[in-house]
Amino acid sequence: MALTPQDVRRLGALARIELTDEELDRLAPQLDVILEAVASVTEVAADDIPPTSHALPLTNVFRDDEVRPSLPQEAVLAAAPATEDGRFRVPRILTEEG
Amino acid sequence: MDDLLTYGEALERFDPVLGLEVHVELNTASKMFCGCTNHFGSEPNTNTCPVCLGLPGSLPALNGKAVESAIRLGLALGCSIAPRCRFARKNYFYPDMTKDFQTSQYDEPIAFEGVVEVEVEGQTFRIEIERAHMEEDAGKLVHQGTSGRIHGADYSLVDYNRAGTPLVEIVTKPIRGTGTLAPQVAKAYVDYVRDTVLALGVSDAKMEQGSLRCDANVSLMPKGSDVLGTRTETKNVNSLRSIEAALTYEIRRQGAVLAEGGRVIQETRMWHEEGYTTAGRSKEQAEDYRYFPEPDLVPIVADAEWVERLRATLPEPPAERRRRLQADWGFTDLEFRDVVNGGALDAVADTVAAGCPPQAARKWWTAELARRANEAGVDLAALGVTPTQVARVQALIDEGTLTDSLARKVFDYLLAGESDPDAIVAAHSLAVVSDEGALSAAVDAAIAADPGTAQRVREGKVQAAGALIGAVMKSMRGQADASRVRELVMGRLQP
Repeated sequence: MALTPQDVRRLGALARIELTDEELDRLAPQLDVILEAVASVTEVAADDIPPTSHALPLTNVFRDDEVRPSLPQEAVLAAAPATEDGRFRVPRILTEEG
Repeated sequence: MDDLLTYGEALERFDPVLGLEVHVELNTASKMFCGCTNHFGSEPNTNTCPVCLGLPGSLPALNGKAVESAIRLGLALGCSIAPRCRFARKNYFYPDMTKDFQTSQYDEPIAFEGVVEVEVEGQTFRIEIERAHMEEDAGKLVHQGTSGRIHGADYSLVDYNRAGTPLVEIVTKPIRGTGTLAPQVAKAYVDYVRDTVLALGVSDAKMEQGSLRCDANVSLMPKGSDVLGTRTETKNVNSLRSIEAALTYEIRRQGAVLAEGGRVIQETRMWHEEGYTTAGRSKEQAEDYRYFPEPDLVPIVADAEWVERLRATLPEPPAERRRRLQADWGFTDLEFRDVVNGGALDAVADTVAAGCPPQAARKWWTAELARRANEAGVDLAALGVTPTQVARVQALIDEGTLTDSLARKVFDYLLAGESDPDAIVAAHSLAVVSDEGALSAAVDAAIAADPGTAQRVREGKVQAAGALIGAVMKSMRGQADASRVRELVMGRLQP
């Protein structure tokens, strides 16, 4: 499979994790081992075995459309680093154009 | 400012190709994956819980009503319903999404491959729908700073009340062959979706409140070419009128870029009500959302029995209903358009169903009651006068108990909170006075009070009688039949 440090850098960027070159070199082979382990599953999965996304043999688990109490606003905002006017205050959003 | 071709020039050289994405917020009582109320306009962050805030350890529980609404909407748009489908996680980071992923559908939409037909200027356009899938809405951001926009904002504020609201996203296939009518076809399509959604009762479909939103994609192909051009996606289009205006603008802008030998950049454009678009996020880089099947929600299996049971609940398609009602009522196109544009179709239909002649129902709802709703700043439906009441008022006019002006007084009392037209007429003595003795006495008194006018009428000045009739109507507090009063006055003065 051979995951390159560049692949890891990209995954890191997608996950908003900044990695040093040293970390990239160290993590790439480690992640490679994990991917190889997962890939070995495909060796035993024949064409007649459908991909599995859920371990439970359940479908159509629905809730009735009923309103339940929400949390009080103070509780919701209690753990926020910053609030204003009953809202979460977040830093300036940088778009791709900056 | 952008260079623009005139619309005519752009259409002479290029053929537009449209793609429309409509987001419909479902009007379920609770949210998609939790029991928080799905209510618009609450105080910020008062309709949230660990699930819609994405707190660790919380698990989603799917709202069955939302799934049924999505299936019904898919069926109404002519789609097939997937026998089996799943939710997927769409991973991205943005402050309006606490979980850092949106629960959506990816390769297995619940509904797919539909077709609708819309009419513009007598031509029918067939619009193919690629898919209609379920997903959750995000929270709402307010950008703080001098510009009020994301660029130049100092910081942003987030309200998660909307997070987890059930959405259906309806995506068309590329729409070709519309020529110069492209913007109108887009508008007609969104209007069709809105009508359908309202007829199904699955959403409020209020574009100004964001419960129905449209992203309008357009690209240009040189005439005679068969190769699709680079498209842009215009967002922030908050009314039917804006869809038309935004697409017209983009066609003119892209036309100018291409005419000068330039390249259209694949990007999101923001529509501004002042009448132009600006560049937003670039989509040149393929986005990597790392979709994968949502492990916390089990698959949905829609068997034929369930789908057919839901199909049986579909209302008459809006276009067919309109054709039928216009024919039944005998309205001209203009009269019918007034009713539809005034948002009075259901009110008129219900009033007619309550026994009112169609023309009278139309007159009340599109004139008097429309004016009062406008004054009160509310929709007709929220005015507080019911179709049954209107039908009863008209019946009282038709049997001679009320005149039109007395009927307007009855509406005053209905709007003030009273509910029974007959009780209002009795309680406030609004019935037409048909007592000939009282009318005669009032006529005699009016003549005696204004001998000069009476004399002119005797001498043949018939128009002068108006002053005497007015005086009688006034003394009767408007509760007389004016034509009967005229008969009595003329009988006295010109026997």
